[in-house]
Amino acid sequence: MLDVAAIKADFPILDSTVRGGQPLVYLDSGATSQKPRAVLDAERSYYEHTNAAVHRGAHALAEAATDAYEAARSVIAGFVGARPDALVFTKNATESLNLVAYACSNATALAREDAGAIDPRLVLGPGDSIVITEMEHHANLVPWQEVCRKTGATLRWLPLTDEGRLDLSGLDTLIDDSTKVVSVVHQSNILGTINPVRRIMDRAHEVGAIGVVDACQSVPHMPVDVHELGADLVAWSGHKMLGPTGIGCLWGTPDILAAMPPFLTGGSMIEMVTMERSTFAPAPQKFEAGTPMVAQAVGLAAGVRYLEALGMSAVAEHEHALATYTLDALAALPGVRIIGPQSTIDRGSAISFVVDGLHPHDVGQVLDSRGVAVRVGHHCAWPTCRRLNVPATTRISPYIYNDTDDIDAAVAGIVAAQRFFGVA
Amino acid sequence: MDLESLYQDIILDHYKHPRGRGLLEHPLGSAFHVNPTCGDEITMQVARDADGGLELGYDGQGCSISQASASVLVELLEGGTVEHSEAVRLAFVALMHAQGAGEPDEEVLGDAIAFAGVAKFPARVKCALLAWMALQDAEIQAGLLTTGEQP
Repeated sequence: MLDVAAIKADFPILDSTVRGGQPLVYLDSGATSQKPRAVLDAERSYYEHTNAAVHRGAHALAEAATDAYEAARSVIAGFVGARPDALVFTKNATESLNLVAYACSNATALAREDAGAIDPRLVLGPGDSIVITEMEHHANLVPWQEVCRKTGATLRWLPLTDEGRLDLSGLDTLIDDSTKVVSVVHQSNILGTINPVRRIMDRAHEVGAIGVVDACQSVPHMPVDVHELGADLVAWSGHKMLGPTGIGCLWGTPDILAAMPPFLTGGSMIEMVTMERSTFAPAPQKFEAGTPMVAQAVGLAAGVRYLEALGMSAVAEHEHALATYTLDALAALPGVRIIGPQSTIDRGSAISFVVDGLHPHDVGQVLDSRGVAVRVGHHCAWPTCRRLNVPATTRISPYIYNDTDDIDAAVAGIVAAQRFFGVA
Repeated sequence: MDLESLYQDIILDHYKHPRGRGLLEHPLGSAFHVNPTCGDEITMQVARDADGGLELGYDGQGCSISQASASVLVELLEGGTVEHSEAVRLAFVALMHAQGAGEPDEEVLGDAIAFAGVAKFPARVKCALLAWMALQDAEIQAGLLTTGEQP
């Protein structure tokens, strides 16, 4: 098990007080994690000793900065069992998913000019389909809606059961010969459900579709080997796994990274440029136009080392124990209903709930007044809320620095909210 | 933090016992507004009553602040003139943007002064304003307001 007290001490912000002297209880790591001193120090040290533009210039600092950036790529790739040249840095996971979506719409547009030069897997049109799930974050929904609008393809989705798990009974008919892309979330940010992505990716490959996994809520919380997911592309963010904001990741197979046209274009991503046209560098550079987020990469690598020192199996065990404790505590509260899987089987520690007679915004406000930070709202998964007949939820999402005392503080806050509004 | 400064009794009362809730049979204008960060929803409708005053209807779902604000709005403005509704709306918007430093005019705002404390919570200002923004849209749709005057 993790030594939570020792971990807490590594996170300066967790020493804060909020709202008139209340000690901060941070239970919103599904939105963004806090950062340990090691990450802050790495970024500061980079700027103090190494800062220069990467992949250009031949002076000593330029070389050192390039080394730091590429070393960070190796560390982060290694964390998910990947080769460094298969890892693309983006601004965030939303950009990673847009990079893939734009590869499809750009390839479709380019194929009208020169079909021979474009990988047909990426070219979409009327009659083609894209398959997602009904529990996607808007980041893995809206970009595909846009691709459909631009190409005439149809969006389909795997539906949910009332418990908030995927209903896979129609998997083989929903993903059929018309399907060009299957993009699914590994662990739901709102429900906590862990999906059998391997099975879905295997089905995608049976019909020749490209398989994409949104791993934002899994890579920070459990051991993930990208090859075991069976996907062609895997997207996740840095800031949810101790890293700074401003850096996201996209892993891809060499084959798909070579096939995808670039998303953003400009400096750093080219091979040769004339006034008429340009050719592009191989991946990952092809997808990293402009000066990249070097300090953030260095910071994220420090975050990854921190997680590796804890061991991701230990992190997953810790969160499983917290999830069990939280589910039991919420189940014991009259008037509180969990939205999402009721058991810890195939579920992470992000737990959404509603309180009878109280809107989540008001629950969150009472918790906030006691220093407890949780997320309220639709969690960028509005269709998921609609499907489960809730306007919004309150979500507790713990991480490595939380313990059962933090859960107790949240539970006490829920009871206080019920009393304040006179609903219990 | 003082929860009572946010959740004044008047607000809780309007939340638990909403006034004038329900949609109109023949609205002249109707506007559906959402608060995209949290999913609060309000449909606000306007018509003229037999005496030429404003007839208001609304429905929605959301937090106590958003729903109480709609109820207070209807209580304050029903039966009045469009000009009156616009004056109160502008005063309310100004109060919400005062970051808690506003001096609310009870003559103009009536029960809506209870929302003064909300202005100290930036995340909740949108909730309080939702019905009022929808009202403005509904009045424009109904042809009762020509331009949406921006505060």
